[in-house]
Amino acid sequence: MAEIADSPLANQAKKSLEHENIETGEPKMRARDVDVYYGQKKAIDSVDIDVYTEFVTAFIGPSGCGKSTFLRALNRMNDTIPSARVTGTIELDGEDIYASGMDVVQLRARVGMVFQKPNPFPKSIYDNIAYGPKIHGLAEAKPDLDNIVEKSLRRAGLWEEVKDRLADSGTALSGGQQQRLCIARAIAVDPEVILMDEPCSALDPIATAKIEELIDELRGRYGIVIVTHSMQQAARVSQRTAFFHLGNLVEYGHTSDIFTNPVEKRTQDYITGRYG
Amino acid sequence: MVEHTVKAFDEDITRLRGLIAEMGGLAEVAIQQALQALVNGDETLAAEVVERDAKLDALETEVDAMAVRVLALRAPMADDLREIVAALKIGGVVERIGDYAKNIAKRVGRIEGRTKFEPLTLLPAMGEVAAEMVHDVLTAYAARDPVMAREVIQRDDKVDAFYDSIFRNLVSHMVENPATISSAAQLLFIARNLERIGDHATNVAEMVHYSATGSYPDDIER
Repeated sequence: MAEIADSPLANQAKKSLEHENIETGEPKMRARDVDVYYGQKKAIDSVDIDVYTEFVTAFIGPSGCGKSTFLRALNRMNDTIPSARVTGTIELDGEDIYASGMDVVQLRARVGMVFQKPNPFPKSIYDNIAYGPKIHGLAEAKPDLDNIVEKSLRRAGLWEEVKDRLADSGTALSGGQQQRLCIARAIAVDPEVILMDEPCSALDPIATAKIEELIDELRGRYGIVIVTHSMQQAARVSQRTAFFHLGNLVEYGHTSDIFTNPVEKRTQDYITGRYG
Repeated sequence: MVEHTVKAFDEDITRLRGLIAEMGGLAEVAIQQALQALVNGDETLAAEVVERDAKLDALETEVDAMAVRVLALRAPMADDLREIVAALKIGGVVERIGDYAKNIAKRVGRIEGRTKFEPLTLLPAMGEVAAEMVHDVLTAYAARDPVMAREVIQRDDKVDAFYDSIFRNLVSHMVENPATISSAAQLLFIARNLERIGDHATNVAEMVHYSATGSYPDDIER
């Protein structure tokens, strides 16, 4: 957590952090003293953060600040980059996700991910959703699978739009629909946390609003972490905001406090457009 | 303060602050001249005060339009957001202060036998404190100074004390001289207007404090 100085405002922030712990109880994910390296370069420096199911957590910060790197550390997506190395501990329900016995495929089902550019499989809408549950053995028979597909598409707010053309290719949908399809696909394997890396940056304002509405509906059921470059989006969809700068977590707190009265000057300068 | 990457944003804020400062100046002069007109029975000056209030109203409209524009175009955050919200509210309050000054000026012509009233000597003193509060709170606004804003809030007690004293004085005057009740009532309203000006200066001070620090002055009764 960012170092808190002893000013009246900092005390106020300290109070709200204590308040936060009381109201939330156990976090879903807990990161402590996390460093991420790309080769010799330290991209993330000693980050502590908690992710709660009750709240959407937004990561904000300038390009290259490490927010996406840190997001990808939460489901070991960085494992796919040979030079990347993660130290410190990241726990999911108290279990170290970097422990040697951890099944990474299973982990990524529990901690799902939605990317900047919608990336549906070049398969039917139905198969896009059914693929995960099938390989994870979540559905025995066709009716079970049908059920999961419908439920996932409903939760992603896409069912009414695609129910009559489930056999069509997922790539034939509009950008916003594709992104909701990807969210449905993440939901289908019954995750506990969904990580979203700039999920709306390729979408128009209407599709963006639909995703934001969806995020709000999914809150409480899944822990949601969203990386976004849009300050307004962070303010709209999240209840907790973390500001990253040069690999450090500068400030983490209630979204309303961060956007009306941040404690750290670096946060203030960034969110008010005075950065650099 | 560090400049915004988008320079036009800074220009907007500077312009908005300029408008508020101009409003504050006009309101302060309106209070002083209304009282001067009252003391001297100068109905010409009083009429000028009433007439000039339209300028304050126009400036308030301009502040509103400017603030809404900045909110819509720049989506301000943090201290910028507080700055714009404060400007919106302060604009409205200062316009109201102008209305009270106008109201005082309007009553100047309705007071008869002015030399008989002791409160006529107390009212200018009360008005001076109120006008100073308005002046100083706008200085605090210009300097973004929460300490000075707090200091202005504390001075409101003095205005309230004046009001209580004038109130008692006028009531006993009315009891003793029923024939002058009409004029005494006018003076009572004037004292009331000055008391309200003090309250409004306090509101402005609270917004200055909020804008500068993100919190209201907590040791002050709201």
